[in-house]
Amino acid sequence: MTTTSSHLGEVIVTMEGVHKWFGRNHVLQGVDLEVSRREAVMIIGRSGSGKTTLLRCINFLEEPTAGTVEVDGVRLQADPTHARSRRHQEQIRQLRLRAGMLFQDFNLFPHMTVLGNLIESPVRVRRIPRDEAVATAERYLDKVGLLNRRDEYPSRLSGGQKQRVAIARALCMEPKVLLFDEPTSALDPELIGEVLRVMEELAHEGTTMIVVTHEMHFAREAADRVIFIHEGRILEQGPPEQILNEPREDETQQFLRRFLHSQLAGAE
Amino acid sequence: MSIGGFPTGTGTAPHAQSQFMVEHHAELLDSLDSAQRRNLWRFRIISALVWVALVLLVGGGMWLASGAEFEFVQTSGPVIVLQGAPTTVLVSVLAITFATALAIIGALGRLSLNPIFSAVASFYVSLIRGTPLLLQIYFIYFALPQLDIVLPAIQAGVTALALNYGAYMTEIFRAGIQAVPRGQREAAQALGMPEQLVMRRIVLPQAVRIVIPAVGNEFIAMIKDSALVSLITIHETLFLAQRIGRSAFEPTAALIIAGAVYWTLTIIFSFFQARLERRLARSDR
Repeated sequence: MTTTSSHLGEVIVTMEGVHKWFGRNHVLQGVDLEVSRREAVMIIGRSGSGKTTLLRCINFLEEPTAGTVEVDGVRLQADPTHARSRRHQEQIRQLRLRAGMLFQDFNLFPHMTVLGNLIESPVRVRRIPRDEAVATAERYLDKVGLLNRRDEYPSRLSGGQKQRVAIARALCMEPKVLLFDEPTSALDPELIGEVLRVMEELAHEGTTMIVVTHEMHFAREAADRVIFIHEGRILEQGPPEQILNEPREDETQQFLRRFLHSQLAGAE
Repeated sequence: MSIGGFPTGTGTAPHAQSQFMVEHHAELLDSLDSAQRRNLWRFRIISALVWVALVLLVGGGMWLASGAEFEFVQTSGPVIVLQGAPTTVLVSVLAITFATALAIIGALGRLSLNPIFSAVASFYVSLIRGTPLLLQIYFIYFALPQLDIVLPAIQAGVTALALNYGAYMTEIFRAGIQAVPRGQREAAQALGMPEQLVMRRIVLPQAVRIVIPAVGNEFIAMIKDSALVSLITIHETLFLAQRIGRSAFEPTAALIIAGAVYWTLTIIFSFFQARLERRLARSDR
């Protein structure tokens, strides 16, 4: 794994030989990946190429069929036959405490206020005193520009605001890496910008992040590395200029060309 | 060219013309609006009159058929209403409370990956739903004492109703839990919450909101089914009506009074249920 930028730290996320089968469908066909501290990695690829599954295998929302994942020193081997065992579940939980995740459809808890969403896990899982958790939550709400909505219910927020609250919620757990699963795909076009701006800021501050995205513009601006995934394998990776401007593989070229066309068609 | 019947000639200045349109458009909407409101009121008034007529007709008809003395209503009516109705409500409220608790446990069992827990839950639901409520009431009151488990009538009645409704409501809660979007559970897991906490803090509170209308229906059904416990000597509405009616030789009139009590209770609780649903709908989504 070559990392060109010098601001990166030691390796913090590792995937080794990760496979995932859904029934007879071989979705991930042996993924090896290392992500360094402070690195922003963007994963692109056709729908069905396995990019979301790859992301969900990192925090075991999908149990890989085979392979090993390590996040910040917590190393976990896929064990689908004993997936429900208490020991395995506890290890998965330890992994998840180190990897925050953002979803396409936000998944804020609708029965709790914005503040309630943010402090729920810090207070009940991390056992942080309530006022301390509230202070942290307010700091991150301010960071995403939504401190004035802290007592609202999620139903009163726009999609863009919901995703920004979700980002603040993930940050409250002080994770080592943030996993973004197409965070702007469910948003109206005019709301995408506000979410991408927050993500870009995080990337520039050196937050380690792995982002599955269709926003090529954003990838170009914020990524340290772009990964093109094809049929369950990492086909090509490198700095954004190289992958997005001069991809080596035919498949990457085809994908980018088709993507550009659909973008132009959509703009008309 | 004309819009909405108003000529939009070229003679007027654009501004004055649009001003004209705005004013008259508003008038037109107003008159439509008041016509609609008149129709709505006519509908309401007529249907209310029909209701009153039907109540008088059916009530009066039943009354004539019973051949009851008015004095009976004066002396015995208050006894049936004031002693019977509170007991009916008490039995129903206690039973629905325990039934809800049973239903949550039952639903967690039905969804559990633990084979023992799951089998116990599905056995419970199957057994209770497969036998008559009346049989269950008799069994708990008359048969359990042979095993030296003696429950006073009220406790036995509440237990039977709670067990019975708990089984039906297990299925309601199971469906409610499954109706909570999968993403909610995943988001909670991604935040490091252990399974138990995910269920207690994230899934169950949302499931409860989903099932509240159905639980309200169960409660209203329970008010009427609670009449069955009159058969094990609980002094609820129907029991009192039968006893008083028999001793005063006015059985039909007593039944009519009891019927009115149940009907009134269900109307009252339907009203509260509708209000609760509206409130939940407002705070959500």
